[in-house]
Amino acid sequence: MGIFDEELKALREEILKLGSMVEAAIRDSVESLVERKSDLAREVIKRDHLINALEVKIDEECIRLIALRQPMARDLRFITTAMKIVTDLERMGDLAENICERALELNEEPQLKHFVNIPKMAEITQGMVRDALDAFVTGCSRLPYEVIKRDDEVDDLTVKNFEELLSLMIQDPKIIPLAVKRTYVAKYLERIADHATNIAEMVIYMCKGKIIRHMEIPEGE
Amino acid sequence: MVEKKNIFEIRDFSVYYGDLMAVKNNNLVIEKNKITAIIGPSGCGKSTLLRSLNRMNDLILSSRVEGKILFHGVDIYDRDTDVIELRRRVGMVFQKPNPFPSSVYENVAYGPKIRGIKKKSQLDEIVENALVRADIWKEVKDKLDESGLSLSGGQMQRLCIARSLAQEPEVLLFDEPTSALDPISTANIENLLQELQKTVTIVIVTHNMQQAARISDYTVFMYLGELIEFGDTDTIFVNPQNKLTEEYITGRFG
Repeated sequence: MGIFDEELKALREEILKLGSMVEAAIRDSVESLVERKSDLAREVIKRDHLINALEVKIDEECIRLIALRQPMARDLRFITTAMKIVTDLERMGDLAENICERALELNEEPQLKHFVNIPKMAEITQGMVRDALDAFVTGCSRLPYEVIKRDDEVDDLTVKNFEELLSLMIQDPKIIPLAVKRTYVAKYLERIADHATNIAEMVIYMCKGKIIRHMEIPEGE
Repeated sequence: MVEKKNIFEIRDFSVYYGDLMAVKNNNLVIEKNKITAIIGPSGCGKSTLLRSLNRMNDLILSSRVEGKILFHGVDIYDRDTDVIELRRRVGMVFQKPNPFPSSVYENVAYGPKIRGIKKKSQLDEIVENALVRADIWKEVKDKLDESGLSLSGGQMQRLCIARSLAQEPEVLLFDEPTSALDPISTANIENLLQELQKTVTIVIVTHNMQQAARISDYTVFMYLGELIEFGDTDTIFVNPQNKLTEEYITGRFG
């Protein structure tokens, strides 16, 4: 294996490492909320700088490879995809941090009601992130298309969550401050799913050389 | 009448050197006022194909061809082709700058003189015009009587381009025109080719893939005499359709 192939392999591994850090941040942020673990929330917030630092490191490595190796064809698509993916991953980390901030606030107050939608959304979203990155690593398959489809489920749950909380707020306006924070959390998860969708779209670009963002994906693809 | 876009049409074209088939059944069109780059590993037949476009391969005794190369719709391998006239209309610039061992002026005036132009004022005009188009006029206008061989490598190469331009060609063929030049001279030649493209159709053979990517509109990838892929340069370098092309341009060949 040539030096360049070694470098690409190392780059792939760094992205997977970033991905696993972000997955953990999402998982822990939701756990800190649902299980009212404020220490865990603080820990996730504290860890975010590691995600940021790795994002910068990967970006720099991509720029270095473009400058020194002048990648072409699939190498070029891989590296440009990597550069975009890390931006999405870093944003996901920030959103997990936001969930933790809301968790810290909500954990100080009595539990409004049992969490139903948010854990479901978190589970789907984490799966999307994992599969989007798996698709990035393993290459071309149906996986990225599945990820894009699942985004609709998250969107539906966001709406459902909002409607349920809205009716509670109408019944009892005193709970509005807490309920609004819960809608924020759902919105953060919905945004995370959007970033996972971006990654899946970039992976499809990497494989096919065709940009499919802002398009309807044809059935059977 | 609509002007034809394709200046060359290469049809089922093969070249043999003795028993060796150097170019195998190539089909390709060369579009007018575009830069077409031919890339491929050494020995893939790219220079042979290039030299076939103005029948320079005729000079190799063991060579013979099959198929057709249509220039403005007429097969240049027809028996009654005027090869000298063909080479005037389809000029060539080589890898190593090869000015004649004469003055800058004589280098450029040589072709027009052979064509029968004798009037000094007319020759002066042709020489100046060609040197301007080759972007070397400013550098040599005060030393037109000096030897062409006294110039720098990059200047000599532009002088050779001026020499070709003085023949008012429609097509210029370039065989690795910058491989003996430093990066600055290379950039000058590349800029020049893009400027010349407005008036001349250009076909260039290059080992420098970045060069093909930088300057060409279309790229041809050849391997073992076969034309593997031909397409927009963007497509070839971002998303090639053939696995061999991809392996070659990503440097993972063989």
